[in-house]
Amino acid sequence: MLGPDTAAYLIVAAFLFTTGALGVLIRRSPLIVLLSLEIMLNGANLALIAFSRHFANGDGQIFALAVMAVAASEVVVGLGLIVAMARKRLDLDVDKLSTLRG
Amino acid sequence: MILASAGNVLVWIVWVAAAFACLGSGVAVISFSNPFYSALALIGNLGSLAVLYLLLSAEFVAAAQVLVYAGAVMVMFLFVIAYLGGKADAPWTGQLPVQTIAAIVASGALLVEIVVVIAGQADGHLSKAADITDAFGSPSQIGQLFLTDQLLAFELISVVLLVAAVGGVILGSHSREGSSAKGDDARA
Repeated sequence: MLGPDTAAYLIVAAFLFTTGALGVLIRRSPLIVLLSLEIMLNGANLALIAFSRHFANGDGQIFALAVMAVAASEVVVGLGLIVAMARKRLDLDVDKLSTLRG
Repeated sequence: MILASAGNVLVWIVWVAAAFACLGSGVAVISFSNPFYSALALIGNLGSLAVLYLLLSAEFVAAAQVLVYAGAVMVMFLFVIAYLGGKADAPWTGQLPVQTIAAIVASGALLVEIVVVIAGQADGHLSKAADITDAFGSPSQIGQLFLTDQLLAFELISVVLLVAAVGGVILGSHSREGSSAKGDDARA
């Protein structure tokens, strides 16, 4: 395999995952929390594809495509919730959204 | 031999550029206060990840990443941010709340944990990648896997997408009903 070892790709994936986790934990805007969630999913995807290449087994790529589909669904539902919150004139701040009643 | 080593150097250069672009834009996503700039940085992140997928000979996944993620999903994000006005977070007040410090410590611990595990295996199981044929990661191979071994996963993905589409429609139409009912009340 040309270029760096699988371990180098996994380190990049680990950095991406923890960057996303940090964003989810410290940001208050639900839009940026969703964007950070996308970074976490992409870090997991990179690890899946690196292992798929390492073991020359295509199942990891299938799993990565499944993660992509789940991420698209999650964005649809998440953005729908954010738009519904904005229509009810709620604050777009995850620290203030502490009850289930609107 | 010389050709192979020149190719190796080229792959290394592309890898370093893509990896740093990926990490830099990832940090940019969580540090911009305006969600619009964060979404643009995430598009850069997804593009450089597609380059890394190409280096791992996952051509079909790289194409799907650009089309589905950087194309469709991010356009939806940008529409919603434009609709909501892209309000920025309140500016930083200069002091770190306990929650932020705990978050930084937790994610730093997570990173150290993963890196230690990977470094422990770097010379063992992770040192020699298996050989692959040219067909690895091609659309035909992915399609064959989806319609034979992974047929159940394929069908489950279609159900998940259907449920998400129905959920999106219900979330959108419910809030419209609420606001029109309020409008009727105001008129009456």
